[in-house]
Amino acid sequence: MWSFFHRLASPKHFYLFANRIIPWLGWSTLITFIIGTYLGLFVAPTDYQQGESYRIIYIHVPAAWMSMFVYMIMAIAGGIGLIWKMKMADIIASSAAPLGAAFTILALITGSLWGKPMWGTWWIWDARLTSELILLFLYLGFIALQSAIEDRRTAANACAILALVGVVNIPIIHYSVEWWNTLHQGPTVTRFGKSAMATSMLIPLLTMFLAFKLYFGTTLLMRARVEILERERDTTWMKKMIMGSDK
Amino acid sequence: MTNSSLSKAFIAIIKRDLTLALRTRSEIANPLIFFVIIVSLFPLAVSPEPELLKTMAPGVIWVAALLSTMLSLDSIFRSDFEDGSLEQMLLSPHPMPILVLGKIIAHWLVSGLPLIFLAPLLGVLLFLPYDAMPALLATLALGTPVLSLVGAIGVALTVGLRRGGVLLSLLVLPLYIPVLIFASNAIATAAADMSIKGQLYFLAAMFALALTLAPLATAAALRISLR
Amino acid sequence: MTVNSTPTSEGLEIRNLSCTREDRTLFSGLSFHLTTGHAIQIEGPNGSGKTTLLRMLCGLRLADKGEIYWNGCDISEERGAFLSNLNYIGHAHGVKGELTPLENLRVSQAMAARSNSLPLDDALEKVGLLGFEDVPSRTLSAGQRRRVALARLLINPAPLWILDEPFTAIDIQGQKQIENMITQHVLDGGMAILTSHHPLDLSEDHLSRVNLAT
Repeated sequence: MWSFFHRLASPKHFYLFANRIIPWLGWSTLITFIIGTYLGLFVAPTDYQQGESYRIIYIHVPAAWMSMFVYMIMAIAGGIGLIWKMKMADIIASSAAPLGAAFTILALITGSLWGKPMWGTWWIWDARLTSELILLFLYLGFIALQSAIEDRRTAANACAILALVGVVNIPIIHYSVEWWNTLHQGPTVTRFGKSAMATSMLIPLLTMFLAFKLYFGTTLLMRARVEILERERDTTWMKKMIMGSDK
Repeated sequence: MTNSSLSKAFIAIIKRDLTLALRTRSEIANPLIFFVIIVSLFPLAVSPEPELLKTMAPGVIWVAALLSTMLSLDSIFRSDFEDGSLEQMLLSPHPMPILVLGKIIAHWLVSGLPLIFLAPLLGVLLFLPYDAMPALLATLALGTPVLSLVGAIGVALTVGLRRGGVLLSLLVLPLYIPVLIFASNAIATAAADMSIKGQLYFLAAMFALALTLAPLATAAALRISLR
Repeated sequence: MTVNSTPTSEGLEIRNLSCTREDRTLFSGLSFHLTTGHAIQIEGPNGSGKTTLLRMLCGLRLADKGEIYWNGCDISEERGAFLSNLNYIGHAHGVKGELTPLENLRVSQAMAARSNSLPLDDALEKVGLLGFEDVPSRTLSAGQRRRVALARLLINPAPLWILDEPFTAIDIQGQKQIENMITQHVLDGGMAILTSHHPLDLSEDHLSRVNLAT
């Protein structure tokens, strides 16, 4: 088990591993997406308060969860790359950033679409949406810093520090926004009860969540694969492999 | 290496940066003038209505403080980076986070501290009630060091880049949001004659956290930027 | 050379050092050993990686491959011990234009691990800056500013000197002075690594050359 992880740290083995696993991940992403969409649109019951419009949570909530999750992945990978100087960790962190930003944007757009039937406006300074917006800024800063530094190793290490600083700040930002929100708006309608959600609504949500995770895994590996191709283009194993496939 | 030689180096850094700041006075003055101008733009842009300005005052003053700090941040490391002084600092056998802390303290003394003195004047311009003045000063006293500390990380990350300026604000401003929220809220709360202990405790906690972690992150970031 | 044996010898030892920049190999497999009473002159055309090598030797830049040992310890592990024995003057020499030469030296003195008893005025006199102690450094010429930086070598008693083009912008008389400083330091049991084409007045026993182009 341990030696398996150890081997994955080398770009070559990671590349071969990614090649093998991507089709599997890709297909299971597609299948869970289809099942989740079907369950969410046709099986889950209509909400007695919000009618049909609540169904957008099957995209909004997983996207919001993923936006946080991906930032954590980035920070952890960045920290590993910084401390143990592991090339693969840097590659994972830099590949994850645009995906995380995309999830955040998705969460913002769906949140705003949902806001229209709920509150009658496209945007509301709701605590969660505001936190998502700030998270998007953090992602954009990360990506901007990454693209501003030419040297790959320097860029990876600088971004790792930024991600770690961000991770320390996210709970603080989150808490302060929540606090600011309750203060200014009073208790707003919570989107869906914090209490128990009906199982028939929860199962589609969890299925969609799984689908988002699988999608993230697939695209992360694909992006990492491209990154490895670019970084390792001068190594002998890469040359051999490409020559081999040409014949 | 003894502790006394470390404290000697620490004090020498602060003294050096203060001397440099005094010899290039316009660099201190410009962000302060900017601070005053931003605040005075609001009555012109929105309305001179006292009631309206009164409610906006805490937020406007704090946003202006954020922006003027942003302007002065680059001076912490930029010129030292260009003339090689930063390299010499990294090659000093003293622990880098301590030396970095010295530079941050010097930065706060020339850019944060004057804001505290200017702010009451701007409070008067914006019809901030006198009851809220102590809160304004207290939040600035606790909040501006956090701005210098967190900002230093951003400068350290961007100092090696030719066009670091805009990127710096993109990196740093989102991290300033908690300070902005608690500080401006504390002032508004004080204006409404309510207790602001909670907000001040939170600002103090952020200050303590930034004081312990920011010099470490800044030193690590400088090491990376100077490669 | 057996690469895996742990070095026990004193001085600065470089093993199998490589540097690539933007996919271009500047040098590779570079090994040498600098001991007390010796100087190494790094030669090579522009862009051959001289400055990069010096920055690596200081630990400012990470080596892509290879190790650097100071007195038998890897410099990235025993950083403090290494740095307190190092005097580095880079291409950008770190002299603040707004401060006077004296103030510049005072800061450098405070930043060093220890300082010898040489008064700062005397150090400035030795590099030919008598009478310029109290004028802002920005009014000095480029060569004079480099002299301020070189005065640091006299007040910080570190045995290892790493100098990047120390003679740049300095007049002939000054070059002689600086050269004397370096040879004196080496003959007194110090160590020096410098990039320069300026010939040093040292016998073959004390001086070796490393050419990066070959």
